[in-house]
Amino acid sequence: MILDGHVPAGPLEQKWDRHRNQLALVNPANKRKYHVIVVGTGLAGASAAATLAELGYQVSAFCFHDSPRRAHSIAAQGGINAAKNYQNDGDSVWRLFYDTIKGGDFRSREANVYRLAQVSVNIIDQCVAQGVPFAREYGGLLANRSFGGAQVSRTFYARGQTGQQLLLGAYSAMCRQIGLGQIKMYPRTEMLDLVVVEGHAKGIITRNLVTGEIQRHAADAVVLATGGYGNVFYLSTNAVNSNVTATYRAYKRGAFFANPCFTQIHPTCIPVTGEHQSKLTLMSESLRNDGRVWVPKKKGDSRPPEQIPEEERDYFLERMYPSYGNLAPRDIASRAAKRVCDEGRGVGPGGLGVYLDFSDAIRRLGIDVVRERYGNLFDMYREITDEDPYKVPMRIYPAVHYTMGGLWVDYNLMSNLPGLFVIGEANFSDHGANRLGASALMQGLADGYFILPYTIGDYFARSRRSRPDPDQPEFREAEERTLRGIERLLAINGKHPVDVFHRELGKLLWDNCGMSRSEASLRHALEEIPKIRERFWREARVTGGPEGINQALERAGRVADFLEFAELLCLDALERKESCGGHFREEFQTEDGEAKRDDENFCHVAAWEYRGENERPLRHVEPLRFEFVDLTTRSYK
Amino acid sequence: MRLTLRIWRQKDANSPGGFVTYVKDHVVPDMSFLEMLDALNREIVERGEEPVAFESDCREGICGSCSLVINGIPHGPGRGKASCQLYMRHFRDGDTITVEPFRAKPFPVLRDLIVDRSAFDRIMQAGGFISVNTGGAPEANTIPVPKQDQEMAMDAAACIGCGACVAACKNASAMLFVAAKVSHLGLLPQGQPERYRRVRNMVAQMDQEGFGGCTNTFECEAVCPKQISVRFIARLNRDYFRATLLEP
Repeated sequence: MILDGHVPAGPLEQKWDRHRNQLALVNPANKRKYHVIVVGTGLAGASAAATLAELGYQVSAFCFHDSPRRAHSIAAQGGINAAKNYQNDGDSVWRLFYDTIKGGDFRSREANVYRLAQVSVNIIDQCVAQGVPFAREYGGLLANRSFGGAQVSRTFYARGQTGQQLLLGAYSAMCRQIGLGQIKMYPRTEMLDLVVVEGHAKGIITRNLVTGEIQRHAADAVVLATGGYGNVFYLSTNAVNSNVTATYRAYKRGAFFANPCFTQIHPTCIPVTGEHQSKLTLMSESLRNDGRVWVPKKKGDSRPPEQIPEEERDYFLERMYPSYGNLAPRDIASRAAKRVCDEGRGVGPGGLGVYLDFSDAIRRLGIDVVRERYGNLFDMYREITDEDPYKVPMRIYPAVHYTMGGLWVDYNLMSNLPGLFVIGEANFSDHGANRLGASALMQGLADGYFILPYTIGDYFARSRRSRPDPDQPEFREAEERTLRGIERLLAINGKHPVDVFHRELGKLLWDNCGMSRSEASLRHALEEIPKIRERFWREARVTGGPEGINQALERAGRVADFLEFAELLCLDALERKESCGGHFREEFQTEDGEAKRDDENFCHVAAWEYRGENERPLRHVEPLRFEFVDLTTRSYK
Repeated sequence: MRLTLRIWRQKDANSPGGFVTYVKDHVVPDMSFLEMLDALNREIVERGEEPVAFESDCREGICGSCSLVINGIPHGPGRGKASCQLYMRHFRDGDTITVEPFRAKPFPVLRDLIVDRSAFDRIMQAGGFISVNTGGAPEANTIPVPKQDQEMAMDAAACIGCGACVAACKNASAMLFVAAKVSHLGLLPQGQPERYRRVRNMVAQMDQEGFGGCTNTFECEAVCPKQISVRFIARLNRDYFRATLLEP
């Protein structure tokens, strides 16, 4: 099937305005009759729930945390991009659009990305009005910093806690609406299934994580804002509970999953130290503003860094990409780090690390300025590694960080299942094959504050469907399916906790479908995944019962979904016979080892349709048409 | 390292709880405290028993989920850290470590080391916001904020809502938490229109939830993972006093 993204016609800069003018409206008195379910309360979910409630819709919001404020958006460190051009350095909506589409290696929709750049300026206004304490200059106006993949300074930040402050802003807007009775909040509640009635998404099945009760919820539309699937790799910078369950189960109910192979490996994370590790910690990309990345020129040089003289160091990013230097985009910086480590020049235990060195910055700016800019990150690094980055260079290595793939949505952020909207990291739409730094926060808030609230009304006004009764057979069947799933997990009578299988899966994926992939490695992974899955269903042990708090059961369900989803990820990577952005196929590279796109055959979105257990999913295609930019080879040299 | 762990186990909110002793071998200094508990839980599951329930998510000290009292101190030894940022290198071979949930009447235990902190959300719902709808905001730079005010607001806004302040306080006072939010918004020009209404409503909800008052012991600041200063409590008191004068 050829998918239609429903991109409006007209000049690029007028598409969104024209489209908004043509969207059907719901009158204010009728809005209260519509009930919207929002799953997930990160930046996208919280901003959408608050804004929909402000408009007068009845909203039910769900999160598995004890409070909506804990969603993983909170951990974003560096900042949020916006085309304000406050620095007078030539920034514009066009430049932000172009940087983003180029950064994504021309695998995203032009119209979506342009709209994202347009509304970026409104996001900053909105957040400041909510009281988000962005960094400021002495004159009282907003400050900016630079980020990877851009030659202008357009990133707004709140120390190293930008995600936290933006989320607290959206959370406070949500709190106001909860207090006003416009949002009914369901914390500690996990979505376990999507209910589809006559082809439209009309409800969800949830488990109350305190009592274990399974509940049916009916609505006029369902919004998924449940984040990315990076934890399929077990070790990632994601929070330990982040999972694919909501989007994967929606996929199993008919929503298409787009570009799952587009996963982002972030270059600056603290290297893996041992088997016991439960997650990896990111060191913000903003560090690359002042830190210089290097390895010894000589293979196996085991001298401590301070004993390696300047001329024996290889500042490889500055050497390979002189015009962007240490601020090369994430996929490129990560692969460069992998390459020097593969050459045997990596540092630290196992040779899997490169230095991120601040000694020049400390000399140039003084230790106090460096402490003011990065103090909290340096403290975090010291606590984890027991090394002082003010004295010795940090050791960093790439780690899984973000997933550009997600459920397929059209220009209105609606999936192929009418009534199912997907926003934030959970959808696939705006970052193509690689996301630029400080763009995730921008996209989450753009979707939630400024796009979905308009487009969802159009669906209501045009579809004119009544809200189903939660006692309808579709809901009863979904509930029974959920209960059977739980029983099946509790009945596995093996010995091992589920993390054992999750870790094994993660290692398999990292080795075979990580920073670089090949047909052979992917075929190997596709052979091995079903074996791990089969052992999981025989040898795992899920203690406790269906009632009450049972974290073993919660995890088991998520790991079971990862064990299926991993196959889809590898299949997509196998079928995309080109290299682009974060998807690097060894067979497709230029002579100097850069990603080699195949625009003739792969300038499209791949969207997968579920066909049943043990059936090969169907690959649909949405062609990407570039009317306003030329498809160029990315060069950061 | 080999450690002896005394861990609070409690089936649910209505059952009595008690300490259970576990011996944990093969602990390495590079493990975080929570990774040590993960390892213990794996051993417990291998034995067919139910693992120790505890909360955590980001594991980098920002989400505020983790909430352990370690050797009597909320978030354990060391300043300015959440439980998830504590590493085993701070312990010695042979140590006995006591692990309990946050204890305060407004934070009932739900299971083992998990407590219900929804009272904090209800305090936020009572007034922890600036009433501005999406779309109506003026251009961001039309509201200049002096850098020192923004920095101080950010010091307060850094609160992660973990509740350690309450757990450390002999009165189970939530005043550091409330003070942080009231100060964050009250220091900024955007927060002025609702400044006094906000403090009144948040304090009223705080009292209704059963949190105690502050008697200046400052245990809260000592355990706060973000080292939020008790000076904000003085600011809270001042704003509250003014609010009552303005509208008795």
